[in-house]
Amino acid sequence: MIAVVDYGVGNLFSLVCSLRYIGAEAVVTREAAALRQADRIILPGVGAFGDAEKKLRETGLRETVLAEAGAGKPLLGICLGMQLLFDKSYEFGEHKGLGLIPGAVRPLTDIVPPEYKIPQMGWNALRFPHGKHPLFKYINEGDFVYFVHSYYAAGCDDFVIADTDYGAPVTAAAAKGNVMGCQFHPEKSGAVGLAILRAFCETEEFKC
Amino acid sequence: MLTKRIIPCLDVRAGRVVKGVNFEGVRDVSSPVALAKYYSDAGADELVFYDITASFEERALFTDILTETAKSVFIPLTVGGGINTVADFDRVLKCGADKVSVNSGAIRNPDLIYDAAKRYGSQCVVLSADVKRVNGVYRVFAKGGRENTGLDALEWLRRGEENGAGEIVLNSIDTDGVKRGFDLEMLAAVCEIVHIPVIASGGAGRAQDFITLFQTLPKVDAGLAASIFHFGEVKIKDLKLLMKENGVPVRI
Repeated sequence: MIAVVDYGVGNLFSLVCSLRYIGAEAVVTREAAALRQADRIILPGVGAFGDAEKKLRETGLRETVLAEAGAGKPLLGICLGMQLLFDKSYEFGEHKGLGLIPGAVRPLTDIVPPEYKIPQMGWNALRFPHGKHPLFKYINEGDFVYFVHSYYAAGCDDFVIADTDYGAPVTAAAAKGNVMGCQFHPEKSGAVGLAILRAFCETEEFKC
Repeated sequence: MLTKRIIPCLDVRAGRVVKGVNFEGVRDVSSPVALAKYYSDAGADELVFYDITASFEERALFTDILTETAKSVFIPLTVGGGINTVADFDRVLKCGADKVSVNSGAIRNPDLIYDAAKRYGSQCVVLSADVKRVNGVYRVFAKGGRENTGLDALEWLRRGEENGAGEIVLNSIDTDGVKRGFDLEMLAAVCEIVHIPVIASGGAGRAQDFITLFQTLPKVDAGLAASIFHFGEVKIKDLKLLMKENGVPVRI
């Protein structure tokens, strides 16, 4: 069973549809007990970091997510959910993240040349700077995924499992043990995205 | 580097896909769900569902079809047509849309873009404009291209970006349905003044028109078309191969 954390941030319809499409059992939940019972957890999210972090705290699920991840349960953050995994974010002020992966979330304008549009919106290719992570076992370097974001995870080079070229190398996915995150939207990235979700849902070595 | 997006547009009425030629006359083509799946498999980068509903019953049918599509098609879905309020945004986002495009609704209610962007984020607000030259000036038309609003198109789009639109669909009424290529002059003028992605619409008649579009105007992010895809005049797979051959960044 995959638990999709519902903390009032973003639209979970497509994500749940994509999980069911690949045959995974998925439940959208805001119950701590459901997160504890699940085999794996997905932390979605769109919007602003500060607001999302606050909502995660207010639902009381922040501690549960941290405890479950700490106990070795596979956790996948998507888009803003991925950014929340890091230590902090500089989106409209400075906000504390979950601290599960070392690094900080910073504006793309810090590294992307001025002629590039912000947000990065559209399909870009994945590169695997440190070889192929098990999350990508069914896809290949150079495959395209769908991005929509204005901020990116910085200072996490040792944990980058995929990056993408947007005038500068931009973190596309990061992982530390059983905790991983995709900046892009696998649920909107066609067959490639479904293959990434499938790998997350079935890979045993993520459990530790 | 981001790829140039190819976006088929499905005009949906009473649960079926139709395509207006110069916004007049309607021909039934196929089932929206089947067509969406077909396009997604063929390599479409995104889909637009345009709701040309005339009644309450048809509107419910439209959201049913959207939900059905979202269950089996996993690329970004944009919904347009009949979006007048933030509640309309809510209605289609809940049914599986990722982005919502506003046109006449934003003209009637200038706060709509700002309100929707604030609530759902700019990434999900698309400003779509039907634009036509009137005495040498680009004017915004409303009601499916039938009514001249008198608004200056460049000013309108610049203000749309300022209010929080995340993307622009520029549909040239002058080239729409003519099939002799996109309106490069109009697109160039718009690309000069906005910084958000611009989607070209109106005028594609053959694959080469997309190559010309992206090579002439590298700032244009995507090309949108309907009938040439629906009637099989251009196959998305072939188009993308041609883009690749011509050095246009493309997802294959």
